[in-house]
Amino acid sequence: MSLPILSMILFAPIVGVAVITCLPQTAGRMIKMVAGGAMWVCFFLASLMFVNYDWRVGGVQFIEQLAWLPDAGASYSLGVDGISAPLTLLMSVVGLSGIYSSWRIDKRIKEYFILFLLLVAGVAGAFVARDLLLFLLFYEVVVIPMYILIVVWGSTKRVTKEYAGMKLVIYLLIGSGFMLAGVFMLYVLANPAGQRTFDMTVLSQIGQSGVIPEKQQIVSFFLMMLGFATLASMWPFHYWSPDGHAGAPTAVSMVHAGLLKKLGAYGLLRVGLLMVPVGFKFWAPMMAAFGMMSVIYAAFICLTQSDMKYMVGFSSVSHMGYIVIGIATADVIGLNGAVANMFAHGIMTALFFSMIGHVYNTAHTRDIKDLGGLAHQMPKAAVGFMIAGMASLGLPGLLSFVAEFTIFTGTFATYPVVAVLAISGIILTALYVLRALADVLFGPRLTKWDALPDLKAPEMVPLVLLAAFLIGFGMFPSLLMNVINSGIEPLTPLLVKIKTAATLCGGL
Amino acid sequence: MNFSVLILEISVAVLALLLLVIDLSMEDDQPRRNIGYLAACGLAAIFFFSFTRYGINATFWHGMFSLDDYAVFFKQAFLIGAILVILFSLDTVDRLPHSRAEFYTLLLFAVVGMMVLSSANDLITLYVGIELMTFSFFILVGYVLSDTRSTEAAIKYLVLASAASAVMLYGMSLIYGLSGQMGYAAIAKGLTASPALLVGGALLLSGFAFKIAAPPFHMWAPDVYEGAPVPVTAMLAMGSKAAGFAAMIRVFTNVFPATGYPWALLALLLSGASMLVGNIVAIPQTNIKRMLAYSSIAQAGYIMTGLVAGTAAGVKGMMFYLMIYVFANVGAFGVVAAVSKHRNGENITDLAGLARQAPMLAVAMTVSLLSMAGIPPLAGFMGKFFLFSAVIDAGYLGIAVLGFVLSMVSVYYYLNVVKSMYLAEPIDDRPFEAGLSLKFTVLFAMVATVAMGVYPGPLSHLAEVAAKTVFR
Repeated sequence: MSLPILSMILFAPIVGVAVITCLPQTAGRMIKMVAGGAMWVCFFLASLMFVNYDWRVGGVQFIEQLAWLPDAGASYSLGVDGISAPLTLLMSVVGLSGIYSSWRIDKRIKEYFILFLLLVAGVAGAFVARDLLLFLLFYEVVVIPMYILIVVWGSTKRVTKEYAGMKLVIYLLIGSGFMLAGVFMLYVLANPAGQRTFDMTVLSQIGQSGVIPEKQQIVSFFLMMLGFATLASMWPFHYWSPDGHAGAPTAVSMVHAGLLKKLGAYGLLRVGLLMVPVGFKFWAPMMAAFGMMSVIYAAFICLTQSDMKYMVGFSSVSHMGYIVIGIATADVIGLNGAVANMFAHGIMTALFFSMIGHVYNTAHTRDIKDLGGLAHQMPKAAVGFMIAGMASLGLPGLLSFVAEFTIFTGTFATYPVVAVLAISGIILTALYVLRALADVLFGPRLTKWDALPDLKAPEMVPLVLLAAFLIGFGMFPSLLMNVINSGIEPLTPLLVKIKTAATLCGGL
Repeated sequence: MNFSVLILEISVAVLALLLLVIDLSMEDDQPRRNIGYLAACGLAAIFFFSFTRYGINATFWHGMFSLDDYAVFFKQAFLIGAILVILFSLDTVDRLPHSRAEFYTLLLFAVVGMMVLSSANDLITLYVGIELMTFSFFILVGYVLSDTRSTEAAIKYLVLASAASAVMLYGMSLIYGLSGQMGYAAIAKGLTASPALLVGGALLLSGFAFKIAAPPFHMWAPDVYEGAPVPVTAMLAMGSKAAGFAAMIRVFTNVFPATGYPWALLALLLSGASMLVGNIVAIPQTNIKRMLAYSSIAQAGYIMTGLVAGTAAGVKGMMFYLMIYVFANVGAFGVVAAVSKHRNGENITDLAGLARQAPMLAVAMTVSLLSMAGIPPLAGFMGKFFLFSAVIDAGYLGIAVLGFVLSMVSVYYYLNVVKSMYLAEPIDDRPFEAGLSLKFTVLFAMVATVAMGVYPGPLSHLAEVAAKTVFR
């Protein structure tokens, strides 16, 4: 029996919650240290797991299994493969950065960190689960802590934080209501009563063997898509996302854009493509078209935003569009790019929100029109902004370039029209990112911002950590891509098989 | 005659009478708190003893009364519900101006009625059980004579429940007239399809629908829930409902299949109507008891999907759900009782700032409400999983989609309560007072709700075994 490393990754934040619960409300600094410590442990273990994941062998590794609910065929079963290993690492990086971006929280500290760690634990559980019921459990858990975090610690700008929080909850939960019905439909159809199982590996085998009739697969995937695509903020189900970002406190925006949306895309891939492949193929052209709409429509909206959080919020909708297109290609290269972009965008958007959070905390405004010349007062934060911005517009040398390039390569083969239109999104991205960076960071020094402090020691953690990942993996993409490919490559027979499956309107 | 089959009902009835006698031996001005403790301890002893009743599967008096695992499971749900309600009602009862001990006695008689109902295997037993339960509730609902709302609720309940009983009796008489029999098994053998049977069955079903407050027979519930004392409301919401379901499932599985009519379709309509009406009308409510009344109507809709499926898996889901609903209900109503006593108000705004004044109660309330909404890792999620996977398996995908989506809609009104507790400022600075037994009860209910969500295995297995015994 080797070390149960995935359980330790999952329980590190939960142990943190338990310890914080016992601390008094007044021990603010101690609470922050405990939360940070828990996430450092989580990050360290996740890195260890990622380094030790043997991509030459591939498949599901670090398997753990315990009996849980034998009646329903569910077990406490963890394991990661080439798709979920990078995402687990992403979870720990963004979670850790989130703690340090919350260092300035001074209101109801104890409750804040308890809820934040629960949020991160929920995401962690969903990525490492190898049992579908366990996955759903963690998937659904994240929304409620997020709601309380937004309504208590959020900010009211264009809409009230109560409105933003409730809108987010209603969109996500109603989506997940459809998704749950779709998943349970799959569970019921896959096996006769008495032999049912939630084991993802077994369900994938059954789903791919064609036991479930095409018609049912199409219905089942449609229901799942309503849930997963809402969480992945695919147009036209994205409307909760920008308000939610704007209302949420910094770290919650980071987790929300950096992790939760990836969870939706992960669900489309892991549950949709692998378990109901024929249904997936049927709806794939529609997803590609909607993904393209997300890219272009959200990018146009970004051009007119003056609130930086709304801008990055819409930009994350736009970037998630690339990921949805990549998944919809159902092609080895496209899928590789989609998973890589989940990682890249998760890091990039977390860095962006972290820097905006710092500006907002100190200047109490995040309006692009009010700000200007901040590179004079906060050079370190300006570096963070630049790295995030350059990654956002896909500058070569940063990880996002690798990921987006791979997606486009894959998309040209399957949906050439979508690919051409989606690439135009890059130009729009460059426009709004460069405009925002120029207006906020550069230009003459404004004396009214002279009192603003730059990033201090704990707040440097997110910048250093996230930038290191963006640049490191950007320079040496094979470190990441080899692992991802070991999860995608074995799908080739399946992808070839569904190439000829029926599609909506005969495809694009 | 084997009276040992009836031992659980007999012991609860004896306990109730014992409480009366003890009450008589006490001075008028003495507090009656100890009688409450005695009732709870006695019920707890009976509850633990009831575990030995599993696996007996015997009947009494020519099959009029059936003690199968199915019945024992429901009896345990009633017992545990009654114990918890008594424990959190001690403070409420202490404040009553008169007849404090009789409160517990009546509650126990209502429990006897429910227990009889879960074993009813004959139309006569069914009617006796229903009336015993309902008569006890008439008095309990109107217990606070000085409160006009309570009295009004009692009158409403009396009139409407009597009408429902009359309708049900008429249905029974038609079924008896067609089959010439009273016992379920004998009715099923003697029935032939005829339009009169359809009318009889529908009238019987509407009697049940009244008890479980399924639209269009739900009108009484919000008014009665609002007017009745909080512990009585809690018992009505879980006990009366669960007992109605217990009796209904037996009729559905043992009598109706022989008739050849698609009763599942009727259940489907009732279920969909309950979910829609309950969840949508709950949204604008400002009184928390009314909100919980509509929420309980919605819960009845979810539970009814098990009957739509009509399979052992569906019945298992219903039993699991009803058991965990007891804990969610006790958690929510326990907090409402504390707030109602401390702040003299039962509006959602009266819970403002509870998270700062009584964090434990606020967490318990949140957990209970979210369990009702079916958010994991709480028990309600598992309950919905069992129910809806059973109904999908039976081929009704639509009702499962409706159920999942509406249960997510319900999060809206539950979160409004959470928002009031966590976000709003407390309405006054007085330290929040709540009795120790109430805190214990609420904490226990919360732990049970979390435990059965995280580790549902044992309860699920018990429900599965018990559900099979009703199909004979």
